[in-house]
Amino acid sequence: MSAGPVPKPIPETKEFWEGTLRGELRIPRCSACDRLFFYPRAYCPFCSSDAIVWETASGDATLTSYVINHRPFPDFESSEPQIIALVTLAEGVRMMTNLRGVEPNPEALSLGMPLTVRFEPRGDQALPMFVPKEVK
Amino acid sequence: MLKSMHGGNIAIVGAAETDEVGVLPNTSVYELHANAAVRALADAGLTVADVDGFATTMPNALEVAHYLGIRPSWLDGTMVGGCSYMLHVRHAAAAIATGAASVVLITHGESGRSRVGMPPMVRNPSSPAGQFEQPFGALAPYASFTTPVMSFLESRGLTRRDMAEVVATQREWAIPNERAFRRKPITVDEILADKPLSYPFTKDMICVVTDGGGALVLVSAERAKDMNLAKPPVYLMGSGEATESPIVSQMDDLNSFGAFRRSSKDAFESAGMTPDDIDHAMFYDAFAHLPLYMLEDLGFVGRGESGAFYAEGHSRPGGRLPINTTGGGLSYTHSGMYGMFAIQESVRQLRGDAVVQVPNLKTSFVQGVGMMFAASGSLVLSNQAG
Repeated sequence: MSAGPVPKPIPETKEFWEGTLRGELRIPRCSACDRLFFYPRAYCPFCSSDAIVWETASGDATLTSYVINHRPFPDFESSEPQIIALVTLAEGVRMMTNLRGVEPNPEALSLGMPLTVRFEPRGDQALPMFVPKEVK
Repeated sequence: MLKSMHGGNIAIVGAAETDEVGVLPNTSVYELHANAAVRALADAGLTVADVDGFATTMPNALEVAHYLGIRPSWLDGTMVGGCSYMLHVRHAAAAIATGAASVVLITHGESGRSRVGMPPMVRNPSSPAGQFEQPFGALAPYASFTTPVMSFLESRGLTRRDMAEVVATQREWAIPNERAFRRKPITVDEILADKPLSYPFTKDMICVVTDGGGALVLVSAERAKDMNLAKPPVYLMGSGEATESPIVSQMDDLNSFGAFRRSSKDAFESAGMTPDDIDHAMFYDAFAHLPLYMLEDLGFVGRGESGAFYAEGHSRPGGRLPINTTGGGLSYTHSGMYGMFAIQESVRQLRGDAVVQVPNLKTSFVQGVGMMFAASGSLVLSNQAG
């Protein structure tokens, strides 16, 4: 269990957060225009269709950008530097996450490095965190 | 009769910041608005009785209008963060051009540091940010607005040193300015040697946090002619506005902000100008990576050339495109929604009234950003109507 803000799902994001609790990374796809999108919405942001279906992502991703926050908010009950990362899933959508299993040091982080998802309990939810793929 | 909102038909005839900016623990957010409003109206030779249009962000427009004793017949509460005031100028120009308002007052006041009379900061755990960013620590701009930077720098062949060049350049403008918050001379190497606060950003690459305000008064250029103004009017030549994702992780492109490209293109086209026609710029710099994005996304330099532009001194005093001539948000002041201060400095420069005055200016470009990489507002201002 990690301390910090807990997301509160709404109907259109319920499947995403139920998925993380099951250990699955669920991503919405528009069945009208066949495009994946993120964050989950009730209508497709590309074609406005409400015919949204859900797919389970592989969990593989690459590191796209990051900052190392040396002054985390008190919510996290820790002064350990946080790697706040933007990762791109193998399926193509981008999301924010934290990196685990790697030193918060720019020498240990290279853009494009392969990552894989690892779910971490937070309050009554589970958050998708990412670790370097080789240390899975 | 309809006329263009651009091309010099609308004028800024009053502009002022609060008496003081910086640390003001005894002044409420309301008084900051009122102090700036009264000063800007006096600058235009007007009073609140002349105002029929009013715009602000926070507290909401009707609340601030009532505090000032104004009963507006035109109101704009557009709130897209720190560039809202660029949008207010654009909206006010449209209102005046179409006859929906005749004298528009735009105010900013923010007790960003002392937080006197400010609403509490409330989080919504069901918002896109509350679900998909805040749980990961992106709870303040230094931990969210900053996140695209490593991708941006790598894609442009830039490094942290280029961000430090922005900081050092702007500090040079701030040193002679007694209203500036950070005035200590600093070198690029000193900036880079400091410990990172949010790597790759050090403290000096992140804006100051202050209290302050500013206000603007707009009328038609025709009316401005009859006003017997103490200072010359500043004309709106062109403008643009654009928005994108409310959360930074969902920017269309991390390496170039689409809203900067779209709003600046509209501003240049409506002004009938190109970057070559611009003598001075104010680039909203809450963080040191923003002027680099703006130089490239607005078309002042080519892809990857922004760092060299700063390093070669083109934006320093005496350079060919002076940028952020107060020291900007990084050194001068930053109350939270800084955009008003960027417009104020462009107006001062075009009036020949700045603390560190750039000689022989005709045009200034004001580029704002709002709610991280969510919104953009662009203005082309000139001291010549046509």
